[in-house]
Amino acid sequence: MLSLAVIKQSVVMALQNIKSNKMRSFLTMLGIMIGVAAVIGLITIVQIVSDNVMNQFSTLGAGTLNIMTWSTPLKDGLTEGDLRSISNIEGVDGVSPTVTFTTTSVVDNEVYEKTDIAGKSFIYFERNKDIIAYGRSFVESDMSGDSYVCIVDPVYVKKVLRGKDIIGRKILVGGYTYTIIGIRKKDESINSYMSDNSQKDGTIIIPYKNALAMSGKNNVENAEVYISSGAKISEVESALRKALNRIYNGDDDFYAVINMDSLMEMMDKVYGLLGTMLGGIASIALVVGGIGIMNMMLTSVSERTKEIGLRKALGAEPSRIQAQFLIESVVLSGVGGVIGIVIGLVMALVAASLMKAQFTISFGAIALGFGFSAAVGIIFGWMPAKRASNLNPIDALRSE
Amino acid sequence: MEGITKEYQMGDEVSVVLKGIDLTVYKGEFLAILGPSGSGKSTLMNIIGCLDVPTSGKYWLNNRLIEDEDQTSLAHIRSKEVGFIFQSFYLLQRQDAWHNVELPLIYANMHEKERKARVEEMLTKVGLADKMHHFPNQLSGGQQQRVAIARAIATNPTILLADEPTGALDQKTGAAVMDLFHELNDEGRTIIMITHDAKIASHAGRIVRILDGDISEGNLEDA
Repeated sequence: MLSLAVIKQSVVMALQNIKSNKMRSFLTMLGIMIGVAAVIGLITIVQIVSDNVMNQFSTLGAGTLNIMTWSTPLKDGLTEGDLRSISNIEGVDGVSPTVTFTTTSVVDNEVYEKTDIAGKSFIYFERNKDIIAYGRSFVESDMSGDSYVCIVDPVYVKKVLRGKDIIGRKILVGGYTYTIIGIRKKDESINSYMSDNSQKDGTIIIPYKNALAMSGKNNVENAEVYISSGAKISEVESALRKALNRIYNGDDDFYAVINMDSLMEMMDKVYGLLGTMLGGIASIALVVGGIGIMNMMLTSVSERTKEIGLRKALGAEPSRIQAQFLIESVVLSGVGGVIGIVIGLVMALVAASLMKAQFTISFGAIALGFGFSAAVGIIFGWMPAKRASNLNPIDALRSE
Repeated sequence: MEGITKEYQMGDEVSVVLKGIDLTVYKGEFLAILGPSGSGKSTLMNIIGCLDVPTSGKYWLNNRLIEDEDQTSLAHIRSKEVGFIFQSFYLLQRQDAWHNVELPLIYANMHEKERKARVEEMLTKVGLADKMHHFPNQLSGGQQQRVAIARAIATNPTILLADEPTGALDQKTGAAVMDLFHELNDEGRTIIMITHDAKIASHAGRIVRILDGDISEGNLEDA
């Protein structure tokens, strides 16, 4: 019934009508453009923000539980024994302690007082294999406590070492001579964005036992617990909480377990909700645009009453008249929608570059925008098209 | 056509426009329906053209009884059986001659290849082979009416229904259109022409006069 020729003819006619009523068509499409642009723009921006935050979170560690402790008069941090018992929990692949403090380093007789020290284990580097930019990372034999090797970060390279032959250089850290064995990559994790490092001289990573000795601490304050690939993170988390509860004699005020996965899940939900909410608000604009289309289509139907009568006299069934006006309405909203998609994506691109975030085109959002505008065309074109199809051909032909 | 009546409800009053018309039009005939405005000739034309159905009475078109049809099947009947020619041409202004003629063929679901050949054949037949892609505003009134005639005969309908076909044309072009009608009639097409102009009606082989919803066979001397 609806042959290709009819569709083609209707699309051509629709485009002709849009062209011959440029101003009116433009104003009508403007509503859809703004609506679609708002929906696409907001959804894409939320998507970009969410992707970037999630990326940073996942560099912090998916499949990782973080333990944080606060010193009490009775117990300061986790002992070697505590760490061992944690790594013996079923499903735990490895435990990477972290000891952080600030000390003084000396390079070429210059003293740098704000050097951050991060004491890490070789396990950390096994887990984060691509973190080293040059040189090597720690190995198990570096963990004995008398291996004076270190890895420096790009900030330290830039501010203190200033280029040239870094691997193998000897520097004085907290009174000990260390040999630089590697340079780590720039820290992209969210921590580095949240803390202000401009006053610091950069970070030196040393074996954690050396760090404990240097800082005068007895125990480890923070540790990352890696989950083996087959294990369920929630089960390991509860086992870990039980173990910590035992270690702390039932007092859970002085430690915390952060499950990055569940945190990410929560963030994901929050961003999803945010996107839906903003998209929902923006779609009000789409409804307004749809009413504009309905208005224009009604005007068009009454202006072209005679044409409708003629088409009917020439043998067009009511359903074809309806289809023709529906197609016109969809073409109108579709063209507006495509322009709106482009505007929305440009909006998102600008927003992404302002936030220095990575811009990704979401094809889902494009499909959504296109679907939205087509749906608006059908919904708001239905009534005018029905009205056109119901016109009595005699009255339509006679009308002036 | 037997005892055709048509009544319109206007407020509380019922106005009877056609008062029981009996009329037979034979295949291949060139018939003129002559009457002043308000005589009911337009209503009669609408019923003949299946744009409307009678209030009572029976109308057979090509041996098919037309009654109580819905708009969709009336559209099918119009597409197949009736070719309309109007006083003011009614061409789609934004489409060229070619596409205007193509329109009824699309509605008749003719295939593209066949359709193209048909459009060209029709336009050539009415003498517009060189103006196929002219738009209506680039054509004279006579040429526009020729396009309309090509459009009306494109689907090869049973009857050609012309409503004051020369009303908007000057005498000379009007005469040319009448010549074309004769030509089409000679080919065996049935033409029903509705007019108030006795001179134009005289071109027809048979004249029926309509007055106040009644018809009478007649010749020019009575008019």
